Amino acid sequence: MATYSTNEFKAGLKIMIDADPCAIIENEFVKPGKGQAFSRVKIRNLKTGRVIERTYKSGESVEAADVVDMDMSYLYTDHEFWYFMVDETYVQYQADAVAVGDAMKWLKEQDLCTMTLWNDEPLSLVPPNFVELKITDTDPGLKGDTSGGGGKPATLETGAIVRVPLFVQIDELIKVDTRNGEYVSRAKS
Amino acid sequence: MLAAWKPKCDLAKLKLRAQLLHTIRQFFLAKQVLEVETPLLCHATGTDPHLDFFRTKYQQGKHQQELFLQTSPEFAMKRLLAAGSGSIFQICKAFRNAESGRFHNPEFTILEWYRLDFALETLIDEVISLLGIIFAPNLSLQASEKISYKDLFYQHTGLNPLVFSKTAYQKYALENQLSEAIDLCAEQHSLWLDFIFSHKIQPRLGANKITVVYAYPACQASLAKINSQNSLIADRFEVFVNGVELGNGFLELQDAIEQGQRFEAEIELRRQQHLPAVQKDELFLAALNAGLPDCSGVAIGLDRILMLLDNSVSIENILAFPINNA
Repeated sequence: MATYSTNEFKAGLKIMIDADPCAIIENEFVKPGKGQAFSRVKIRNLKTGRVIERTYKSGESVEAADVVDMDMSYLYTDHEFWYFMVDETYVQYQADAVAVGDAMKWLKEQDLCTMTLWNDEPLSLVPPNFVELKITDTDPGLKGDTSGGGGKPATLETGAIVRVPLFVQIDELIKVDTRNGEYVSRAKS
Repeated sequence: MLAAWKPKCDLAKLKLRAQLLHTIRQFFLAKQVLEVETPLLCHATGTDPHLDFFRTKYQQGKHQQELFLQTSPEFAMKRLLAAGSGSIFQICKAFRNAESGRFHNPEFTILEWYRLDFALETLIDEVISLLGIIFAPNLSLQASEKISYKDLFYQHTGLNPLVFSKTAYQKYALENQLSEAIDLCAEQHSLWLDFIFSHKIQPRLGANKITVVYAYPACQASLAKINSQNSLIADRFEVFVNGVELGNGFLELQDAIEQGQRFEAEIELRRQQHLPAVQKDELFLAALNAGLPDCSGVAIGLDRILMLLDNSVSIENILAFPINNA
């Protein structure tokens, strides 16, 4: 079992806390001139996303979490699992709805995503920052309105709903920023 | 990217440091306190299990002697006091291994001074007066505050720090998101105090004012005398500004036998915790035996003062060459 000593703590390090894999966000060395030294860490639980604080005695060892980020292409879904493949090795992974999470609504076949694996099992997924998706449903815009002010909801091929300018129409391909779910532009297709 | 050979801080910070050293020397010159130097390389070191040290080998022909980089100049300065130096001060480097963080560089600068026949309160007033002069041009400090450890602890936590009550401390930890303290501190009173003080009290200590905390619990006496009226407290104080620990002072323990016993207890703790073994500093104990005059002493971290003067978030910002660039 791999472990880390508190003096190896730094932002990004993955450790096990209460049987869950966590990532260190911040580590502060606290030491009274005369007295015990502590490592006070702020950590994100990689399963739940919750941020908590924890203190360790300096020099204590903590179990390492076998967590790695890997780029892989989205293949398809059978609606129970979502299937991905590492392009270089052809190794495939199946992720359940919990691991895929909110990324689900942005997934388009062959898009390159970042999968976080814990003990070689999908833990969470980050979609590409920008995706190009087709509009499957939206109200026809007012003729001649090209200002983009106000906007309207549009349903995309993946089921995601985003606000788009009035001039964008059904069957058009648009570029969306997955980090905030906002329309960026029409895609050049 | 910056060239690796260059200092990490700009010239203004070097000037700030030079000014600080000048101010301190003027202060003590006016009071006729003698500036001294003692060795950084010493044959012995402190036994405090919380301090990790650097060791090296001194080669004399075929003979090798183990030497330590000092963690503080305290023992050597007390040998001078016992030899009749009168009141003395020193500005020197001290070294503490395995300490690194926003407020720690393993090599740092200490101002340490000893005043003959000063009661602890008199020394506290001198510390406040010196810090007032140092901070005056850069920080407008409010009136300083002096509070006993017991009152401070009680104000913030409702707990009595002088008497260990495991149930009360555990209850406090559970109610204040510090549940890990229960396993971590277990039966150790002093560890509980360190944990609660550094998490819940120190971060809230006086913004823009000098806060002196005095009358520490006896279990944290270190090299201070136990109070002659109340054996639950030690004649020790600490000084903070904006929640940053700047210094620590004692009414100095003179009893060589008691000092020897404290060393023994810490050596035993080191053995139990599998920490590197150290010997008692017999030259220091011999000096106590010969007679340390009545005195109070204090050590102040100058790098942290510079951090406050400069409003720096990290000690690296005020050092020309912090450890990773040294």
